[in-house]
Amino acid sequence: MLKIEGLTAEIDGKEILKGIDLEVPTGQVHAIMGPNGSGKSTLSYVLSGRDGYEVTGGSATLNGLDILAMEPEERAAAGLFLAFQYPVELPGVGNATFLRTALNAVRKGRGENELDAMQFLKLARERMKALSMSDEMLKRGVNVGFSGGEKKRNEILQMALLQPSMAILDETDSGLDIDALKIVADGVNAMRGPGFSALVITHYQRLLDYIVPDRVHVLIGGRIVKSGGPELAQELEAQGYGAVQAAA
Amino acid sequence: MTVVAQTGAAGFLARYEGLKDHLPGARKPWLNALRADAAAHFAARGFPTRRVEQWKYTDLAPVAQASFAEPLTMVDGAIALPAANAPNRAVFVDGRFRADLSTLDGLAFRATGLAQHLGDAESHLGSLAKPEAEPLAALNTMLFEDGLLVDLPDGVDGGLLELVSVAVDPGRPFAFHPRHLVRLGEGARLTLIETATGGGACLHNPVFEIDVAERASLTHGRMLQEGSGAFHLSTIYARIAAEGTYDNFTVAAGPRLTRNEIHAALVGPRAACHMNGAQMAGEGQHVDTTTSLDHAAPDCASRQTYKTVLAGRSRGVFQGRIHVHRVAQKTDGYQMNQALLLSEEAEIDSKPQLEIYADDVKCSHGATVGALDPDSLFYLRARGIPEAQARTMLVEAFLHEAVDTVTDETLRGALTRALDAWWSRQAAAA
Amino acid sequence: MPAVTETIETVQAATESGYKWGFETDIEMEFAPKGLNEDIVRFISAKKNEPAWLLEWRLRAFALWKTMAEPRWAAVKYPPIDYQDSYYYAAPKEKVGPKSLDEVDPELLKTYAKLGIPLREQEILAGVEGAGSTPAAGRMPIAVDAVFDSVSVATSYKERLAKDGVIFCSISEAVQEHPELIKKYLGSVVPQGDNFFAALNSAVFTDGSFVYIPKGVRCPMELSTYFRINAKSTGQFERTLIIADEGSQVSYLEGCTAPMRDENQLHAAVVELVAMDDASIKYSTVQNWYPGDAEGKGGIYNFVTKRGACRGARSKISWTQVETGSAITWKYPSCILQGEESVGEFYSVAITNNYQQADTGTKMFHIGPRTKSTIVSKGISAGHGQNTYRGLVRIGAKAAGARNFTQCDSLLIGDLCGAHTVPYIENRCATAKVEHEATTSRIAEDQLFYCRQRGLTQEEAVGLIVNGFCREVLKELPMEFAVEAQKLLQISLEGSVG
Repeated sequence: MLKIEGLTAEIDGKEILKGIDLEVPTGQVHAIMGPNGSGKSTLSYVLSGRDGYEVTGGSATLNGLDILAMEPEERAAAGLFLAFQYPVELPGVGNATFLRTALNAVRKGRGENELDAMQFLKLARERMKALSMSDEMLKRGVNVGFSGGEKKRNEILQMALLQPSMAILDETDSGLDIDALKIVADGVNAMRGPGFSALVITHYQRLLDYIVPDRVHVLIGGRIVKSGGPELAQELEAQGYGAVQAAA
Repeated sequence: MTVVAQTGAAGFLARYEGLKDHLPGARKPWLNALRADAAAHFAARGFPTRRVEQWKYTDLAPVAQASFAEPLTMVDGAIALPAANAPNRAVFVDGRFRADLSTLDGLAFRATGLAQHLGDAESHLGSLAKPEAEPLAALNTMLFEDGLLVDLPDGVDGGLLELVSVAVDPGRPFAFHPRHLVRLGEGARLTLIETATGGGACLHNPVFEIDVAERASLTHGRMLQEGSGAFHLSTIYARIAAEGTYDNFTVAAGPRLTRNEIHAALVGPRAACHMNGAQMAGEGQHVDTTTSLDHAAPDCASRQTYKTVLAGRSRGVFQGRIHVHRVAQKTDGYQMNQALLLSEEAEIDSKPQLEIYADDVKCSHGATVGALDPDSLFYLRARGIPEAQARTMLVEAFLHEAVDTVTDETLRGALTRALDAWWSRQAAAA
Repeated sequence: MPAVTETIETVQAATESGYKWGFETDIEMEFAPKGLNEDIVRFISAKKNEPAWLLEWRLRAFALWKTMAEPRWAAVKYPPIDYQDSYYYAAPKEKVGPKSLDEVDPELLKTYAKLGIPLREQEILAGVEGAGSTPAAGRMPIAVDAVFDSVSVATSYKERLAKDGVIFCSISEAVQEHPELIKKYLGSVVPQGDNFFAALNSAVFTDGSFVYIPKGVRCPMELSTYFRINAKSTGQFERTLIIADEGSQVSYLEGCTAPMRDENQLHAAVVELVAMDDASIKYSTVQNWYPGDAEGKGGIYNFVTKRGACRGARSKISWTQVETGSAITWKYPSCILQGEESVGEFYSVAITNNYQQADTGTKMFHIGPRTKSTIVSKGISAGHGQNTYRGLVRIGAKAAGARNFTQCDSLLIGDLCGAHTVPYIENRCATAKVEHEATTSRIAEDQLFYCRQRGLTQEEAVGLIVNGFCREVLKELPMEFAVEAQKLLQISLEGSVG
């Protein structure tokens, strides 16, 4: 389970997160919604340990471990996965090499044995089939020349392979058409179960029609101003963020 | 033979004066004239200084100020040869052909030492090198003793041939200047894999004259991997006739100073030239790739991709010139050079250059310089890959792009191993 | 424009092989003796009634010049210049520096009117112009300093500008009126011994413009200098100095023309710009010196040193040039990016037609952290023209996070011309990022055919395509210059196709 208490963070001396309290119990999917500039992406980067984001107070633990003290790769090994809003292109780095290296690094961190090339390919093909991805994507450079939808699917494929206990999906719905959205949502829903929780960050309610969250939190101005059940997302869609902001 | 104590150009000129009647081919007037002419050019110019535009970024002072002896006449004991990449190989020790170490039997073409066959080289030797323009070629012409002579008759597929150059450290600075002559007849094919290794403070100053006839194809892979005390200054002249192809892939990593200078001329229609390379330098090293490509006929294509990776206090140089002559309509020329700086103390200097005198051409070049992309690094780390490994993946991906286009698997394997070996040494040292 | 006038102008333009600025003004002139020596330097200084320190400064430059050799690295060819066979001072015979526009020789006012440069403020305001475009009603006027051969003959809107504390005058006047500023900044960006032509200029410069924008002032109008070479066998050596103090902004334009002559005339100018914290200088040039005739006879040698220093944090210097004229152009407007986060820009269009040669580009020196530069160069070669982009991007060890982007494109029209690209990239900073791209292409037959099928003439089609090729640069020019520049491009390429 992910537990965040009084988390504050800044970029270049400017405070973006102004005290976040949030608990995502194991097995649950929570959504964070908020207008542009509210700190949604900052929260995902702070939790995953990107340079340039300075934590100035508070704590965040994953299954009892202090993740803020860890290097990004240690957080990944501890079970944290971030599906990037803008997946990075890595020219010259083969997708297969990348996926296997990442999988084995995480498996090693979990004390599991590493997979050889054949075992890996078998597993990757299986997972790709579920995501309607062609084998050919394994041969290409990581995200190089991928369409927006392919990039997002590649993120979900990585999640399916790495089997994190906690996934953060940062605006995974942006730039997806409805078919791609369904495939991505199916990928996430297939992971749902007692050992998996997720934090779905989104601007719109659309994605939440397909990944129905247990709880919805509204992030405005670096604070969670309101929490509720899935119906809160519909409420936001109907009334906009202004109404919530005014009420808060 | 007396050891001349004079340094730099004067030392080499004095050696020439002392040796000229004893150098291989000393009884051949045409060769004496060639050497004398080269000596006159070298005497007039000496080693180029940084005031010479083509040497603006590479300082030859350490070479010009040193005193180099000749290599030992006899090298005793076992010579450590690099692992073989091909069944056929010509081995040179300190620039001299060693038939006893070479395996060249049963070839369908001639590949042998030049010194014993100078009589057959008159039409080829000196036909492409320009001692009047390049002082290092003048120095080579003046003092070369041996080299590789390869002659493929028309239509022969020569397969793989290895050229191995080993420098044996005599415990003092020494210099050798091999002259390699490679000629491919019409429609002939050859893959030449060259490895330069060895230790000590040697100056290895080879000159290649490569003549590719109509429809012939030469793939030339080079691994310049002498020890960190060495100076490797090589100059390649290649002439490619109609529909011929010359592909050069060079990995330069090792010597204290490397200059990889290539002059290629596309002289017949639809000729092609690909020049690719990766050059790497660590603490105290300097690598320089300088290419000059003459499009002197219509419908020719050239592609160049060069990668530079710099660590520690090091310097990298890339100079690339594409010259499209008036007759060379429909030229397709492309050049890319990219540099990766891994240290605060590294310096990269880059000068891509286009000179275009024909209007119906497509020519472009690009250059990028930067550090490892922090976003890429973070992405890999966020997937659980430790930082050091993530760096390795990115550096290797960067370098491998330069050899990705090599179709010969043996050669690609050898080049890739050379790249990875350098990076593992760097990563281990860091 | 009445049809008759248009016809006359068209005929005139045709007979003048397109260069419509090639007339000569008949006016009584005063010359210094031909040749160059210490006495000539003293003569110029005395003519300008200069203080002793400035004469000393000139003499030091002259001493340096004598020890220097003409640069030979540029890709341009010309016969040796006889520096003794030229006049270094030529001025219309009248008292130097007229007090008001009414005192200016009417012949001169006519000259400028003919060139499309109105000097009388009331005329500009009334919209009464000579040749050239009619400005839109209510548009902000442009203040002009008019330099005729060796002297400034008039500067308009000085009083209006003075209200905001902006100093805009000839450099001769600034030497008299603002010696402290001149002493502080002259030669501070381009030292006397910087290069052969800069040293020559420092010794014999005769006039040019001076601009000072005080702290926090946004200059209320565009400033401009119009350079005219008129006299025979005369070199023009102008010196321009622009200082933008903290937080100020200025946009400055420069134009130039000369009569058509068989002889080559030398124009060796020096321009120095200084931008303090948060200041911004935009310097635009439309260079239209006489390019010589179709056989390459005559034309101006335009050997110019232009450099700006971004001394202050977040300061910005932006050079835009459209180089259509001159027999030979040798100039590299540069930026020294000292202040942190300072910005340098260079946008250039250079055309060489007939036997014109251009070797031009920029140098960006990144010294301060997070400095940024952008270079966009468009070279067009036609006829026997030779066009070279030569540029340097140097990133110092302390320029952490510096960025450069360079784009160099060449267009060739015909197979007797040449287009060359010689960029130098020197980087000593690991966190800097430098990107350079260059392409060479020609106007495709199908592009031309497409335009012609739609009713354009061959030349209109070329003009259209060339303007498209140059768009990124032309859009950087102030509106009135952009229109002028587009026309110039077309005129410069006349006869290059078909």
